[in-house]
Amino acid sequence: MSFPWANEYTPTHPFMQWLDAKLPLPRFVYNAVGAGYPVPRNLNYFWNFGVLAGFCLVIQIVTGVILAMHYAANSDIAFASVEHIMRDVNWGWMMRYAHANGASAFFVVVYIHIFRGFFYGSYKAPREMIWLLGVVIFLLMMATAFMGYVLPWGQMSFWGAQVITGLFSAIPIVGNALHTWLLGGFAPDNAALNRFFSLHFLLPFVIVGLVILHIWALHIPGSSNPTGVEVKSESDTVPFHPYYTAKDGFGLGVFLVLYCALVFFFPNYLGHPDNYIPANPMQTPAHIVPEWYFWPFYAILRAFTQNFLFIPAKLMGVLAMFSAILMWFFLPWLDRSPVRSARYRPMYKWFLWVLVVDVVVLGYCGGSPAEEPFVMISQIAAIYYFLHFLVILPIVSSLERPEPLPFSITESVLGRDEQAALGVPA
Amino acid sequence: MFRKQPVFVRNLTPKEIAAAYAVPLSSLRDPQTLAERTKPGHENWLITMGVCTHLGCVPLGAAEGEPRGEFGGYFCPCHGSQYDTAARIRKGPAPKNLEVPDYKFTTPTSVTIG
Repeated sequence: MSFPWANEYTPTHPFMQWLDAKLPLPRFVYNAVGAGYPVPRNLNYFWNFGVLAGFCLVIQIVTGVILAMHYAANSDIAFASVEHIMRDVNWGWMMRYAHANGASAFFVVVYIHIFRGFFYGSYKAPREMIWLLGVVIFLLMMATAFMGYVLPWGQMSFWGAQVITGLFSAIPIVGNALHTWLLGGFAPDNAALNRFFSLHFLLPFVIVGLVILHIWALHIPGSSNPTGVEVKSESDTVPFHPYYTAKDGFGLGVFLVLYCALVFFFPNYLGHPDNYIPANPMQTPAHIVPEWYFWPFYAILRAFTQNFLFIPAKLMGVLAMFSAILMWFFLPWLDRSPVRSARYRPMYKWFLWVLVVDVVVLGYCGGSPAEEPFVMISQIAAIYYFLHFLVILPIVSSLERPEPLPFSITESVLGRDEQAALGVPA
Repeated sequence: MFRKQPVFVRNLTPKEIAAAYAVPLSSLRDPQTLAERTKPGHENWLITMGVCTHLGCVPLGAAEGEPRGEFGGYFCPCHGSQYDTAARIRKGPAPKNLEVPDYKFTTPTSVTIG
């Protein structure tokens, strides 16, 4: 679907006309990211991050496929094969650094993309499906990133695999059997490494499929915008190309500057030195932490140190960690305010910023050792995190008195909209 | 090593054995006596898996000079679980005592695990 005033794809070259009749792929592209997709005219730079996320996915797949040509998924030589990539393979170091830091860049971009959704209420009707698909993509990204981190078979890889697969042993009754089955052994070893490699190669393509669904679902209602007011007329939109291809292109340039600075000047800044020590099943590194993008959820996992009623602390931590994200599936229905954009929501706006600070605090605690005061701070921050979604959000959305919305996107941009003056009902 | 995982063998001192018996069972998360976790006549030999029952890290405390936690047993650095001198869980997120593998004394001085 698109708005009735969308440009029609009209190929002039005979070959393109022939192709359009047989397989209208160029028409599909034209209507998706070309001049045939009308987009609200007031999008700000937060709207760059969807395209940037797609770009990161492409970087990861391209560098990943090349790395897979030189990597050996065998626990005896995996570590050595990564060092081989770093030292012997032409440009191998660049591929590996681009891939490892590409994962971090991907998460930075996706976290900002998710924040955009929170701030501008992009998850609300009629865009719930886009949001739900996005949460699934995020979960798959986390799984993919985790399994990728295991592949170099260093100390952090090994113990990360041990700890994260250990989460499944918290499930009552079947937990231990499931844990052994998932790993293909009692502890991470060759069997686990091989299946992680297989899945790490597969899942990005599953993500590609979901991204296509994500964009498809987006193009039904069309893009949201900073006012949260839906498109009313042609004056509210501009064609995606050239307006947003240009704006996204600029954003991409800025992104590439920062990304290249990371890859070429601080390639190990976000890594852990322990992962340059080959995996040793007899010794756990003194300070074991996951990659930074998992820290907030890791802090929630560790926040539960006492049994809660009849639920063991271990199971409670695992449940809390998973529900911290699974709750996002219910977000479109927990936030009942009809106003989308936080710009016009004086109470929600502040609570959202408090949540951002809360998640940063959780992240800091998740990256710190499991000792006081970090345990206590994680506990308080984890409680607040759940309070935000389950208590504060529903209450705020019914108590809050939103500020007046502009009549239309055009009015918010130009200060007036002739259709409003004509008395067209809002 | 048993099943590719470390095994802790510890020769308990009389003081550590006394400390293990001094704990009331009702205060334990996973109540077991030291006698249930060792073989008769070899109560000083505490043999357990070196795998934290929380998420599977190797706790510290088996080697000289490593931290043993508040209860003088083992301390898991990953998520802060603390075990006592009978390797029973006392504090932190782990649900169970360190696992005692199946083993028997084949001679007074040697043990077969599994």
